[in-house]
Amino acid sequence: MIRQFTSAEFLFLLMAVRWTLLLSAIAFVGGALGGVLVALARTSPYAWLRAVAGTYIQIFQGTPLLMQLFLVFFGATMLGGGIDPLTAAAIGLTLNGAAFLGEIWRGCIQAIPKGQWEASTALGLHYVTRMREIILPQAAKIAVAPTVGFLVLLVKSTSLASIIGFVELTRAGQIVNNATFRPFLVFGIVAAIYFVLCWPLSLYSRHLEKKFGTVSR
Amino acid sequence: MTSPASLSPASGAAGSVRPPESGAVMIRMEKVEKWYGTYHALQDINLTVTAGERIVICGPSGSGKSTLIRCINALEHHQGGRIEVDGTEVGASSKGLDKVRAEVGMVFQSFNLFPHLTVLQNCTLAPRKVRGIAPKEAEAIAMKYLERVRIPEQANKYPGQLSGGQQQRVAIARALCMNPKVMLFDEPTSALDPEMVKEVLDTMISLAQDGMTMICVTHEMGFARQVADRVIFMDKGEIVEQGPPETFFANPANERTRTFLGQILHH
Ligand SMILES: Nc1ncnc2c1ncn2[C@@H]1O[C@H](COP(=O)(O)OP(=O)(O)OP(=O)(O)O)[C@@H](O)[C@H]1O
Ligand SMILES: [Mg+2]
Repeated sequence: MIRQFTSAEFLFLLMAVRWTLLLSAIAFVGGALGGVLVALARTSPYAWLRAVAGTYIQIFQGTPLLMQLFLVFFGATMLGGGIDPLTAAAIGLTLNGAAFLGEIWRGCIQAIPKGQWEASTALGLHYVTRMREIILPQAAKIAVAPTVGFLVLLVKSTSLASIIGFVELTRAGQIVNNATFRPFLVFGIVAAIYFVLCWPLSLYSRHLEKKFGTVSR
Repeated sequence: MTSPASLSPASGAAGSVRPPESGAVMIRMEKVEKWYGTYHALQDINLTVTAGERIVICGPSGSGKSTLIRCINALEHHQGGRIEVDGTEVGASSKGLDKVRAEVGMVFQSFNLFPHLTVLQNCTLAPRKVRGIAPKEAEAIAMKYLERVRIPEQANKYPGQLSGGQQQRVAIARALCMNPKVMLFDEPTSALDPEMVKEVLDTMISLAQDGMTMICVTHEMGFARQVADRVIFMDKGEIVEQGPPETFFANPANERTRTFLGQILHH
């Protein structure tokens, strides 16, 4: 039986937004924690550590996110541990986010002039202090804009979690469409909701870029 | 031109530096070798600097001047020979390295102040983190040295708000806050507009008058004449010639030194 697209259906879509937001938030926090480690490893004085982190980045940037989600989801199932789609999507997006954020932040760390390292080293500051007090605060400034830009991508990437059965915004759209057969209307609304989520972030990112675009001297 | 006799240590001035235990060896470089890949940047460097001594190093671009002084605090690692600072061998242990870096102050051509920290914070960071000095005390020390370089009123500004000359004086104060035994200067006035060179040189002269052990890479030959106990000429990674400024400038023994001096003094 074909249902009408009513306010109830619309509400269903809106309610699914919280799962999109939740997944985005988990993946962003997880990706950020992992990303810091990846960025530090990529800029470390140890060649082997740089190589390990480099390989990690290559793997996650060189394969489709969807395959990564599949591998986590079906991999966990195969290993006997049943995994719910949210956890699988969160793990997959976290691992992926760590690679991308790590690479963005590596660039920000390396954008800090060599003289800053030299001056802090010459003053006798150790690696941790040097990073915490000198390099990272400056790198953070130039990292804000691209990081918010990545967050926009991440919010949109969560739509792939629909394919492993997690009912976030996109999956909710598919469900409503299966019942109403109004694909253009339904997915138009879904796209509009994504836009409402992402557009302010994009604007904010551009604003930050103007504000912090260059390292102040 | 000031005569060397007038350069005796000033007594008890505000922000005065450590009095030298004159005659003691402060830096000893023996048969030091340094390669960048296959490029031989330093060849058989032998140099002894006693406490309170003021050395000026000059030489053409690429001759290894920066490399030499950067080996002293291990910003570059040497591969052969031995470097000792105040009895501690550089590169022998990480403890030794920490000690050397804490005792050796460095001033760079491009100032390298920390742009996200105020002038005062630039000066207090290392004393707090390396020496473990309490914040209040570190600030008192910093203000003392900011007065010493005559910019205490800029303490709460950010480096970007200062002129080049002021920034370089802050960089000198920042290094002095660690109460170093030796100061290394790598072309501290080369990046400055001409009208700001003097304020930085004056600061360095006053340091020299207080008896600071200094190694300055500079092409300011007026400064060398006035302040240096010894001028060293480097070329192609070697120390070609050295001597007190009077003989160095009047009678350079080596042909390469003469050519170099001819170039920099006559324009
Ligand atoms: N990190 C490095 N890697 C490779 N080569 C280097 C490096 N640093 C310096 N060199 C080379 O070593 C040589 C000596 O360099 P150095 O900076 O010590 O010269 P300098 O006398 O200070 O010159 P300048 O007057 O231009 O500052 C140069 O030929 C330079 O190209
Ligand atoms: Mg140099």
